[in-house]
Amino acid sequence: MINRYRWWEYVLIYAGIATFLAFVLAPFLEAFLVSMRPIDALFSIPYRFVTEGMNFDSYVTMWTSVPLLWLYMLNSLFIATAVTLLALFTIIPAAYAFSRFEFKFKNGLLAGFLAINMVSGAVLIIPLYKVMQQLGLLNTYFAMILPGAAFVIPTGIWLLRSYLMKIPKELEEAAWVDGAGRIYTLWRVILPVALPGIMVVAIATFIAAYAQQFLFALTFNSTNELNPLPVGLYQFFGQQTVVWNELMAASLVGILPVLIVYIFLQRYIVAGLTAGAVKE
Amino acid sequence: MAVTRKKTDWFPYMLLVPASLLTLVIVAWPLVETFRLSLTDASLRPTTNFVGFDNYKKIFAGTFPTIIARTFYWMAISVSLKMLFGILGAVLLNAAVPGRTLFRVLIMPPWIVPIAIGVFMWGWMYNGQFGMISGMLQRLNLISEPFEFLAYANSSFLSTIVTDVWIGTPLVTVYLLAAMQGVPGDLHEAAWTDGASRLYRFRRITLPLIMPAVATMSLLSAIWTFNSFDIIWILTEGGPRGQTTTMIIDTYKTAISRFRYGEGAARAVMIVIFLSLFSAFYFAMISRIGKREVGND
Repeated sequence: MINRYRWWEYVLIYAGIATFLAFVLAPFLEAFLVSMRPIDALFSIPYRFVTEGMNFDSYVTMWTSVPLLWLYMLNSLFIATAVTLLALFTIIPAAYAFSRFEFKFKNGLLAGFLAINMVSGAVLIIPLYKVMQQLGLLNTYFAMILPGAAFVIPTGIWLLRSYLMKIPKELEEAAWVDGAGRIYTLWRVILPVALPGIMVVAIATFIAAYAQQFLFALTFNSTNELNPLPVGLYQFFGQQTVVWNELMAASLVGILPVLIVYIFLQRYIVAGLTAGAVKE
Repeated sequence: MAVTRKKTDWFPYMLLVPASLLTLVIVAWPLVETFRLSLTDASLRPTTNFVGFDNYKKIFAGTFPTIIARTFYWMAISVSLKMLFGILGAVLLNAAVPGRTLFRVLIMPPWIVPIAIGVFMWGWMYNGQFGMISGMLQRLNLISEPFEFLAYANSSFLSTIVTDVWIGTPLVTVYLLAAMQGVPGDLHEAAWTDGASRLYRFRRITLPLIMPAVATMSLLSAIWTFNSFDIIWILTEGGPRGQTTTMIIDTYKTAISRFRYGEGAARAVMIVIFLSLFSAFYFAMISRIGKREVGND
């Protein structure tokens, strides 16, 4: 058969996959091993994978060494959730407009939104800082949520627009014939049908918002109680004596929420990422 | 609803208000403001003067040209490696072997987890005394004493690239994998019936058909890599002695760490100019690919 491999081809494929996965997963394995080592075993030479006296102590002591750890984690979740909700609130109507209506400057506006993808927050950091200052948003959650949401809008509009274009127009026309208003139609007729597409956008947005919580928090926020996990831990990273085993334990616990979301919803995530790779 | 009405229909514009408002405040206005600031001597001082193109003259007389070259060098190596590993990974994961669903799940974590946290892990890996890489190399007798990867110019440059490749490769891989799965199976079957080898089929069928996806992803990847901030900032803050300072890092240092907003803005404008060139290239390519596809149908 076309997909039958000879034995050496199996060996090659599995060896290739194993090498690839080793590169991808090595840092996670190392972080896990480090988190299990007592601090003096950590600084022992020569290097070995398994050291004596491995235990889960760092997962207990980290809560006292990093007193605000639980707060950083909650902040991360809160910021990512708020970014997702705000982004959806702007993406859904915009994607609906681009998928359903003909209006002046439509293509220009769409290109304008997509062009946002080309710049990052780091490029605009100076005036962005001033905007935040003038709006009085420095050292508030908003300084992390608003820019976070703005930079995920283009991808969201693009994804949802292509999904909405597949929904038959007759659906709205039937609703209009029945005398439904246009907002009502969007809310009660289109949204329920588009729910799978909205899910993809929401998950992709959440993952992106959770992954990119460094720059804006680092620059716009100096109130430690509001810091998301990456910046919260970064302060410890820079210190002279880094308690590596606890830092790694905290890092691993901090990535659990997204890993769980990913494992359960990976089908949606991959769908969101690869939209556009295949010609429909 | 296709009937054109004389009166302008404001409804679609209303639908765009929330998205426009947010992007105007966070993106469009700061972009304009960056251009304006780049022509001033803005700093922490209360007064700001218009200085024309002085900032540009100043940065081009200094180290900035070197930094531009370094940024392109960094980006070129990183993007090439991501594309190479991405294509290899996609080929491997596309093979119909038992366990491939699990492998596909396992390659994504670097892209899923917060970038900063992935970089913390690499920070430890690169540690010379106790990190995994130096330790393993010593055990294998490839190096005789601890090697501090982030302390030297060349090794820190390569280290930041490796971490960037680690974060970027999963996305490239799944993207190209999706493109490969979009290649019609009957093409392969026809070639197979004619006795074409697997390698020949890959070269003559798969590769040409995924080329648009490869080109698209290369450019997107180049844009993201050009914009990359977190990785270098956390690992080296642009050091040692500026050897990993890219345009973004240089801009951030000038503006946020040294409060020279005007000079920082001039650097940012240069970044925007390069990015616009990439984007122009990207849109031109997309529309060419689009036309070709229409022609094929």
